[in-house]
Amino acid sequence: MFKTLLGTAALALALTATSALAEIKIGSIVELSGAGAASGTNFRDGVHMAFEEINAAGGILGEQVAITEYDSQTDPQVSRAMVQKAIDDGVYAITGTVFSSSTIVNMLVAQQAGIPQFTGSEAPKITQMNNPYIFRTAFGSQKGIPKMTKYMAEEMGIKKVAVVWANTEFGKGGHSAFLDEIGNFGIEIVADIPTEQAQTDFSADVLKAKNSGADAVFVYVTEEESARFLREAQKQSIGLPLIGETTLIGAKVIELAGDAANGAMGHVGLTAAADIPAVQEMVTKFTEKFKYTPDHNAIKGYTAAYAIKCVTEKNGKVDSQALADAMHGLTLTAAECPGVLMDVSWDENGEMSRESFFVEVKDGKQTIKAILPPN
Amino acid sequence: MAELLQIIISGLAAGSIYALAAVGFTLLWQASQTINFAQGEFVMLPAFFVLVGLGFGLPLWAAILLGLGASLLILGVAFKKLIVEPMLPHGTLPLVIATIALGLLMKESVKELYGATAQPFPAIFPQTVYNVFGASVSVQDICNLVVSMLAIGGLQLFLSRTRTGRCMQASAQNPAVAEILGVDVKRMVMYTFLINAALATIASVLISPIYLAKFSNGETLGLVAFIAAIVGGFNQIRGALVGGLLIGVIDNLSAVYISAEYRSAMPMILLIAIILLRPQGLLGTKEGRTV
Repeated sequence: MFKTLLGTAALALALTATSALAEIKIGSIVELSGAGAASGTNFRDGVHMAFEEINAAGGILGEQVAITEYDSQTDPQVSRAMVQKAIDDGVYAITGTVFSSSTIVNMLVAQQAGIPQFTGSEAPKITQMNNPYIFRTAFGSQKGIPKMTKYMAEEMGIKKVAVVWANTEFGKGGHSAFLDEIGNFGIEIVADIPTEQAQTDFSADVLKAKNSGADAVFVYVTEEESARFLREAQKQSIGLPLIGETTLIGAKVIELAGDAANGAMGHVGLTAAADIPAVQEMVTKFTEKFKYTPDHNAIKGYTAAYAIKCVTEKNGKVDSQALADAMHGLTLTAAECPGVLMDVSWDENGEMSRESFFVEVKDGKQTIKAILPPN
Repeated sequence: MAELLQIIISGLAAGSIYALAAVGFTLLWQASQTINFAQGEFVMLPAFFVLVGLGFGLPLWAAILLGLGASLLILGVAFKKLIVEPMLPHGTLPLVIATIALGLLMKESVKELYGATAQPFPAIFPQTVYNVFGASVSVQDICNLVVSMLAIGGLQLFLSRTRTGRCMQASAQNPAVAEILGVDVKRMVMYTFLINAALATIASVLISPIYLAKFSNGETLGLVAFIAAIVGGFNQIRGALVGGLLIGVIDNLSAVYISAEYRSAMPMILLIAIILLRPQGLLGTKEGRTV
């Protein structure tokens, strides 16, 4: 009798343990403080919203998704420790980090553990390290910058340019991709101005760019620094087109820079202004839920979550290795996986490819000047 | 020439705000031997008080007054009563460590309560820009410079020309004798803390439209203000003023003419040079202490 009771109790315990384990753990490791907080918070909220929708619709393969959150503090070493912690906690996949300097360091930990990682980083190096577990949620600057440089040369007729860039892994990646590309279009660099992460005073940098004799300034720094740069540029009446990537003209930058953001232009992989119903719907839901306008990082996080869902369901099992294997050379169309919002492909290195946009900020809003085809 | 003029104006505008924070350093040191390593956070925090006021729908001027009131209460009275007074009898070092802890607490509290991302802060002065000898001079820069100079000039006049100011100086120079002469030393020290809180509020309101309000703003500001105070002379208000302005201009000059990459090293190099060549600071006076 006692043995039977004990057996029943053990079985009940085992079942409880199984049902507790029967949820899919996702590790969200992003910059919730430090210089990358603006980007990280957007990315995190995008991931959260998507998985809440997924859970409400029955989860993935009938299992609910549990997100465990870790703050990288925008510090590469902390981010590395957090990725290790997430792996120790038994996550199925990792979303984040956004800052390239962190991703470059922490992706090796996820690689060793064989856990697929969906990063918001854009430094070219990330997909050039033969890591089969890293996947982008927006294409790297080596894909975005050629599109933008072509537009600058052919549509805007720019011959001489001043480059203001962040002296970080992210900035170096964009800087060297830009340097590689301008030769093809006969653009000359007349001022090369590195800046520091979390820099607050941009008066000297704006002055150098302004007096360099450039036709335009290419600004490649992260969001908060972009806002400070734009404010200073307005203060010094720079009088030159300011062109950048997503980080110059994102929603957070527009909020922080105010009027000073008007006139800034740039290339974005994803934009809330895109005339695509699925994107508009996502933006409306996000704005209602979090009370702020999402930027491209929120859309990155959102699409990462849906990519995990769709590919896992395609595989028919929750298996990290199978997820990573299936991602390579994959194309997800918005028709088969609406959550990815636009048709998207990943190559053998985890690099992604998709249509993108060239936008200008007018009256505090991104307006699309041109749609650039995938490359 | 236009470029140099531009650099000097931008440098003086930034430097004048560093000077406000640096003056606060020297005041607290003179009045109570407090080296306040939370000074940067003292400059960061009032901007958030103002933002809270704005969040309640107050007009900007009223939100600034609210910010000033909250700063006087928290950064002035509460800081003195809850941190400095209990810690000071244990010596300078425990107090220094307490202020470092306070700085961390303030930073993390703002991050927790208000958020980790930078917040836009409304400009107090018009964004108009004038062309002067080829340099773009913004009204904001000039106003920042003028307000900071008026605040520091007013403080100097208050300390040297009023009875209360002279009592404060006497308390700072020799508290025992001042007390014998009937000066309420405790009250004078409290005034010093209140003045420091007011200066921090002015610096915060001036700098936040440019730097944006962010919980981590104090890290750089505190360091720069500390260096400015040492370079100028830790025991002289005019020394802190000169130190602040000098660092503002040197930072911009080095970023344009030497190297943008090494600009943040320049104040450190200046600090090392001053410690080696003139330890009392540019305008400071030598002080002897028994150990």
